Amino acid sequence: MKYIDEFQDPELARRLLDDIHAMATRPWALMEVCGGQTHTIIRHGIDQLLPEKVELIHGPGCPVCVTPLEVIDKALEIAARPDVIFCSFGDMLRVPGTDRDLFRVRSEGGDVRVVYSPLDALKTAQQNPDREVVFFGIGFETTAPPNAMTVYQARKLGIRNFSLLVSHVRVPPAIEAIMTSPSCRVQAFLAAGHVCSVMGTAEYPALAERFQVPIVVTGFEPLDILEGIRRTVGQLERGEHTVDNAYPRAVRAEGNPAAQAMLADVFEVTDRSWRGIGTIPASGWRLSERYREYDAEHRFSVENITTREPAACRSGEVLQGLLKPHECEAFGTTCTPRTPLGATMVSSEGACAAYYLYRRLGTTPTPQEASPVA
Amino acid sequence: MCLAVPGKVLDIEERDGTRMATVDFGGVVKEVCLEYVPDLKVGEYAIVHVGFALQRLDEESARQTLALFEELGLLQEEFGDPWEAAAAQGGQQAVPGADGAPAAAVGTTAREARQ
Repeated sequence: MKYIDEFQDPELARRLLDDIHAMATRPWALMEVCGGQTHTIIRHGIDQLLPEKVELIHGPGCPVCVTPLEVIDKALEIAARPDVIFCSFGDMLRVPGTDRDLFRVRSEGGDVRVVYSPLDALKTAQQNPDREVVFFGIGFETTAPPNAMTVYQARKLGIRNFSLLVSHVRVPPAIEAIMTSPSCRVQAFLAAGHVCSVMGTAEYPALAERFQVPIVVTGFEPLDILEGIRRTVGQLERGEHTVDNAYPRAVRAEGNPAAQAMLADVFEVTDRSWRGIGTIPASGWRLSERYREYDAEHRFSVENITTREPAACRSGEVLQGLLKPHECEAFGTTCTPRTPLGATMVSSEGACAAYYLYRRLGTTPTPQEASPVA
Repeated sequence: MCLAVPGKVLDIEERDGTRMATVDFGGVVKEVCLEYVPDLKVGEYAIVHVGFALQRLDEESARQTLALFEELGLLQEEFGDPWEAAAAQGGQQAVPGADGAPAAAVGTTAREARQ
């Protein structure tokens, strides 16, 4: 096995792979929801170690990738204002808007700062009372609670020069959208472990039942992924479709109730547009009415934004698992990390970035490389 | 950004009415909010995402994950200088920002922190 010695416990990896090979009798298509899982899979060649019958489809779970162009353009416009300090996580810096990115805005004089935590942005607001400090609040259920707490703190401490540009998204409606798409081939999900650390598993049984799909909560390390695949294929072969937790060291069924309570206080569920996919009902959060004064979209006039999606970018199909990155005509030619057409090529969790970084250019592995018994 | 990294709680204090901790991520030390795991104690480990502890983790799992993340360069990705990384990705020059900090000095890498 080509990459197996790089696994933390090569012997266990071999045993898990042998199990999967022994179990799989029919073709199965599994979607890993999270972009972090995609990177582990590609980096370790896990997809090439699996039986040919077991296909991994990359899901939409990269928050940077699914942030719509319109929101990126709003961020860029706000960040360029002289009265604004714009704070963001580092992986948004090179996400392309219609005609520039945050990196470019900073080089043109915009006060763009990278923070490790949203609380750092709040501290920046306290230290700069004469400036408007805006934090770019993107992300799934893992990132939303920290941002919710930050807005709660801002209100509690009476900090008025702080606001959040919100583009939070939720996983369960995305699963529903994928399963109801006519072109859907997904038969099971490896659910995103850290999303479930916060939300628990309560939202999943109804989805597993309705769409008759196994949903296995899975971590991010190579062995976590293999264990998740082993349990998923086992369910599929037995004709089961239950919710199973293969990441118990970090996920409890109830999730984190304190974080859920803060989410319910600060945010309310809303329809959200996903880049390349379109609007998914009830798939995101916005600030609730009592926190509306902290909403950057209300504070700054950014309604009249004109956006232009590059026609050549097929990231929407990649995010829905309909296209592998290297099957896109622009991949590695007009679209590279240096000249990205879409966020999937520059995000640290983007599927196109993973394929580019690990040189997956569409070549088929040799039988020797792909065989689990080599 | 979605990566959540295990860390060890070094000390805990109330700040502005909020429970905060100093947490060690295999050499990089950061301030972390404990409001979502309020019963976490000094010496324990937790999964931390963007400065917030989200779940308690046992020590062995935490140590294994941290060792793996360092080997894979993920700690550098999480705690390294984002401006430098973005510049390298784009084949551009990182410029000092209005905050006055030269781009290359914004972050502290795991390796630097341990020296």
